[in-house]
Parts: sequence; structure tokens; C-alpha cells
Amino acid sequence: MTSSLNLWLIPVLPLAGAAINGFLGKRSSRTAVSTIALVFSGAALAWAFFVVWRVMTAVSSPLPYEEYFAHWIRSGSFTVDFAFYLDQLSLVMLLVVTGVGFLIHIYSVGYMWDDPSYYRFFTYLNLFMFFMLTLILANNYLLMFIGWEGVGLASYLLIGFWFTKDSAASAGKKAFIVNRIGDFGFLIGLFLLIQHFQSLNFTQVFAQVRPIPSETASAGFLTAVGLLLMVGACGKSAQIPLYVWLPDAMEGPTPVSALIHAATMVTAGVYMVARSHLIFERAPMALTVVAIIGTLTALFAATIGITQTDIKKVLAYSTVSQLGYMFMACGVGAFSAGIFHLMTHAFFKGLLFLGAGSVIHAVGGEQDMRKMGGLRSYIPWTTLTMGIATLAIAGIPPFAGFWSKDEILWRAYLANPIYWLIGVVTAFITSFYMFRLLFMTFAGEYRGAPTETPGHDTHGHTHGHDGHASPHESPMVMLVPLMILAVLSLLGGLVGIGDRFDHFLAPVFSSSAETAGEAAGKGMEYLFMGISVAVAALGFALAYVLYVSKPYLPQKIAASLGSFYETVLNKYYVDEIYATLFVKPLVEGSTRILWQGIDRKVIDDSINDAAGGARHVSDEVRQMQSGNLRSYAGWIAAGAAVVIAYMIWLGVGR
Amino acid sequence: MVPLSYYLVLGGILFACGVTGFLIKRNIITIFMSIELMLNGVNLSFVAFAAHWHAVGGELRGLVPLSGQVFVFFVMVVAAAEAAVGLAIIIAVYRTRETLNVDQVNLLKL
Repeated sequence: MTSSLNLWLIPVLPLAGAAINGFLGKRSSRTAVSTIALVFSGAALAWAFFVVWRVMTAVSSPLPYEEYFAHWIRSGSFTVDFAFYLDQLSLVMLLVVTGVGFLIHIYSVGYMWDDPSYYRFFTYLNLFMFFMLTLILANNYLLMFIGWEGVGLASYLLIGFWFTKDSAASAGKKAFIVNRIGDFGFLIGLFLLIQHFQSLNFTQVFAQVRPIPSETASAGFLTAVGLLLMVGACGKSAQIPLYVWLPDAMEGPTPVSALIHAATMVTAGVYMVARSHLIFERAPMALTVVAIIGTLTALFAATIGITQTDIKKVLAYSTVSQLGYMFMACGVGAFSAGIFHLMTHAFFKGLLFLGAGSVIHAVGGEQDMRKMGGLRSYIPWTTLTMGIATLAIAGIPPFAGFWSKDEILWRAYLANPIYWLIGVVTAFITSFYMFRLLFMTFAGEYRGAPTETPGHDTHGHTHGHDGHASPHESPMVMLVPLMILAVLSLLGGLVGIGDRFDHFLAPVFSSSAETAGEAAGKGMEYLFMGISVAVAALGFALAYVLYVSKPYLPQKIAASLGSFYETVLNKYYVDEIYATLFVKPLVEGSTRILWQGIDRKVIDDSINDAAGGARHVSDEVRQMQSGNLRSYAGWIAAGAAVVIAYMIWLGVGR
Repeated sequence: MVPLSYYLVLGGILFACGVTGFLIKRNIITIFMSIELMLNGVNLSFVAFAAHWHAVGGELRGLVPLSGQVFVFFVMVVAAAEAAVGLAIIIAVYRTRETLNVDQVNLLKL
């Protein structure tokens, strides 16, 4: 490559936006703040498009392309650089992050307009873009880890954006702490890589991994690395057992939920696993673990999704479930299918969250779906776009989700029919709870209060400027991103027709497993396609029956299920179990042993006792200085007597 | 010739009388006199030792001649100076506190 692509511009532009808004935003007007945020994130998107154009029109494909800036760490033969790496995989991620990111920036201008900390929001959002793009473009694991931690920071800041609210502040902390557990595994994995390969550079590590034979016989070093990386991915991408932070992360503003906790950051784990596919492919056991975790998470989260009544919580569990699909895909070796689903999911889940934001905006901050209903006549555009997104996630052709989910299910079947079976059951549940959400929100009669009350304003989101009496459509600045994402959700899956997406990513995932499916025949594949569509339709039908035609039924069913329903409603008591098993012992242990025991009894007391002892002795000694001349004389005489006695004793002893 | 120990015992008795007087008397003047008694007890020892060492030929073994007696003169001079200063302080104390009882004079500040 003779001319540079100037990749560095893509992350640095949002960083500049964050810096300008962060330092000057407080005194700037809202218009100025949003202009800066939009210009810089838009410029990143424009440059990403330019890069794509350059790559696509080049005579010989310049990918993989590396761009070096500076040495970062040099220690003997071990070096880590500030350098960027671009291949088909990071290109897809790049477009998703800058594209969806820019749209959500536009949306946020409308959604956050009334927030007093307007500039702070955009500072964080741009900062997030910077870190996410660093994560994607890094050419080594350590730089990736910087991005990884950076998005964690941005996520923490944005979940706790309304930090005066206790629940938001603690949700932020929860997300941060749970992610630390994952990062611990990730870091250990990196240490192992350094120990064995003396490098963290993708190209160098993978070049050394390539000749290593697959660890089929027994679990070895690569399995350990794979599992540790998966621990990291579990934290970031909210998989069992570290998924608990994501539903709570919904305390953040809705655009944040859309951008960070649905479309981009949470997919970082999938990206990392896909990026490390050479390691995973040589560690079948680690790959199996990935597949099992993904499959179980998909099913588990989907079942919780059925019972939730908070519109954002439903979407959060749906996100966890869809991420499970992606890991299932990676686990069966279908990395490109996983990335494909990542992309389509970014479109439709981003859209769902933005739609949910629009709904929440419309009803004045209410998030409980039981107090919605009948909104289709009030907010037709939101209804339409949400409908498209729901069709996409449910897997109805030709919407985006159908193509990617079908690809995953097909590949899962080839690996192990059990994955497929659970995947199909999950697809059914997904379809059911998504249509349930759609019907509860938009169909039937409006169940909310006729006028909005400040009490409903749970998210600090005020619409006090015009006292509207009924739900209202969002402004154009929020609707346009919805429409664009709707188009993408509608058409985004078409890039996958005829395995084109597979072929595009083929240079990255050049593994034998990719072609295994071809032999099994197209007929089978169409049959499975039919099954998944049928299952999605079934979910739709069930949701229609339960929530539109016979809305009294769900209560009865819930009642007849009794304690099982209670368990699911309470999210299988996982939070409570974690609280009992980990949080409480830690807090208790810290309180009793570390704080009360060591800090207070040992450290504080030793210092206090030393000081107290000195004062006590001084108090006693002070009594000698009474000011009484004769007592002084007595002391002197006594002292002299002692000295004389001692000297006499010396003389006698000699 | 009176043996050395006689002088030392007498000096010790004088010194002990001084210490006892210092400890049990409350009047500053009496205490002052007790100090003089102690000093003279020491002086007696000085001259006794000096005479003794002179008698046994201490100068031949490097002893400086008359050093004991000279020390006694020093002590007398210092005691005289001390008496001058001390009596002045006593007068000052009496003027401010109207007492010479040391048990009532236990603070430096008024």
C-alpha cells in the first residue's frame, strides 16, 4: 500500500469532540454542543466510508492493512506498539460502530435536549466512540484491552449518568465490578500469550498459533488461553454467569442502552472471540464451552424476557439472549455467522431501543408496559419502525434478523442438533416476547394516566416545556435515525444472501469449517429455514392470542404456573443468589475482618495505643514536676543515693 | 595524726545534715544555709584528701600540688556569688509573695 488510509483519524475525531465538549461544553449552548458532537462523530463515519471506498476500489485488496504510529512498550524482545490493523472483520465492526453510533448521536440530540447535563452526555458518548474504535482497530491485544477498559469506563459513566439517583449509581458500579471479573480472566489470558509467544501483536501471535495442531486429545495451553479470553468476553458481552449487569445497565439514558448496551460495546466480546478464532479453532474444548455458554444464555435470558414488564428490561434480556446466539455461532466455528448476526443485531436492537426511547419519550418517562397500550394511533412512526425491528429480531423474512439467525441455527445444527433445538426454542420465545412487547405497547387501549404526572418521571427526563395531555410523536431529529435503522433492519440481511457475507469475511476466517455446510445440501437448509420461520410465526400467533384477542389469559396462565412463574419473574433469583454467595460474604468479610478486624483493631488500635500509652506515661511523669522545691530536692537526693549505692556495689563487687 | 577517715566521716555527716535540712525545712533561708552546710562538707573532704595525698607523696605520682585546696577556694567563691544572687532572689520572692515558705512557692509564674 503506497498511500496511507489514515486510520488514526477515525478514533481521534470523536476524542477531539469529547475533549472540546468536555472542556468547553459547560459554557456553550446546546446547539454548539450538539453541533460539535455530531460533526466529529459524523466525520468519523465519513472517514470510515472513505476507507471502505478506498479499500473496495483498490486494484489489489490492501487488506489486511496495518498502520504504525509509535512504540509504546519495549522490554527486551517484547514490544507493543500504537498501531492499527484493518481487515474485513474490523471493517464490518468499523461501519457498524461509526454508523449506528452516528445515528444514535443524532437521536440523542432530541432525546436528551431537556437534560441539564446535556454537554456531559455528549462528552461521554464521543469518548465511548473513541474507545470503541480503538478496541476495533487495535493491532495487538494490549491496545485492544485499552479500548476494552475505556468502553467499560464510558459505560460506567453513562449508566450512572443520572448519578443522583441511587439505583443508577449502583447499577453503574455493578456493571463496572462485574466487568472487572471478566477483565481479570482476559488479563491472565494475555499474560499466558506473552509467556508463550513473547508478543501480543495479532499478526505475530496468530502466525505462531497457526502451525500448532488442534488440542483435540487433551486440553492444553491454547485451551487455557481460549477459556480465559472467554471469561473476559462473558463479562463484556453479558453471558452466563456474568450477564447480571446488563439488565441493570438500563438505568442509563435510553440512547446509551441502544448504543453501548445493545449495538456496540456488548458485542466487543464476540468481536474478541472472532478475532482470536485461530486460538479457539485449535482448542475444541474452549470452543465447546463458548457454544454451551452461548446456547444456555440465549435460552435463559429469553425466558426471563417473557415475564418482564419494563420495556427496556425486556429489550435488555433480549440483548443478552441475542448475544448468546452470537456466541453459539462462534462456538460452533461459524464466526462469520456470529459477526453477521452482530451486525444485523446492531441494526434492529439499536432500532428497538431507540424506538423504546421514543415510546418512553411519548408517555413522559413511563417504562412499564402495563401502563402503555394503544400507542399506535399516537405515535405511528415509532410504531412502524418498532414493528419492523420486531419482525427483524423475530426472524421473519426478509428482515435482517432472519438471515443471520437462520445462518447461525443452520451451522449449529451441523455442529450438534441439540444446539439447534435450543436455538429454535429460543427463537420461538424471542418471537413471543417481542410481539408481546409490541402488542402491550402499541395495541389495545391506552392504559396510562391521561395527563403525565411528574411522579412518572423516573428517568429525570422532563418534558415540562409543553404540557401535553396525551402521548405525542417524537421530533424529527429522533425519527430520522429510527427510519434509517428501520431501512437497515429491513435490508441489512440481504448482504448475507448467497453466502456473500461469508465470502467477504473469508480472508479472515479461512478455516475448513466454513465449507462444511455446503456438503449437507441446500434442501436441508431450506427445510430448516422453514422451521425457523414457522416457529417465529408461532410466537407471533401466541403473543397475538394472549395479548390482543384474549388479554385475560396471561394472568390465568401465570397463576396456574405458580411458583415457576414467580421464579422466572424474579429472574431465577440469580441476583439474590449472587448476593448471598458472593456479595454478602465479601461485604461481611470486608466489614468484619478487613475493616473491623484489621483496619480498626490492628492498624488503628496500634497507633491509638501507642499515642495513648505515651500520654498515660507522660501523665504519670508529669506528676513529678509539681513545682514543689522540696520534692525536687527529694528526687535529686534519691537519685544521688541510687548512684552512690550503685558505685558502692561496684566497689564491693570488685 | 588524725586518720583520713575521720575527716571523711565528719564531711559525710555535715553533708547529710545539709541534705536533711534541705529536705525537711520550709523556710528558704534555712534551706540556703543547708546548702552551705553541704558545700562545706564537700570542702572538708577536699582539703582532707589534699593533705592525705600530699602526706603520702602524691606529687611524685603526677598529682598537681595544692589542687584540692584551690578547689575549695573555688567552691567558696562560687558559694559567695550564689549567696549574693540567692539572697537577692529571696528578697524578690518575699516582696512578691510575702512568704518564704517553699511549699507555697511552687509556680514560676505569678
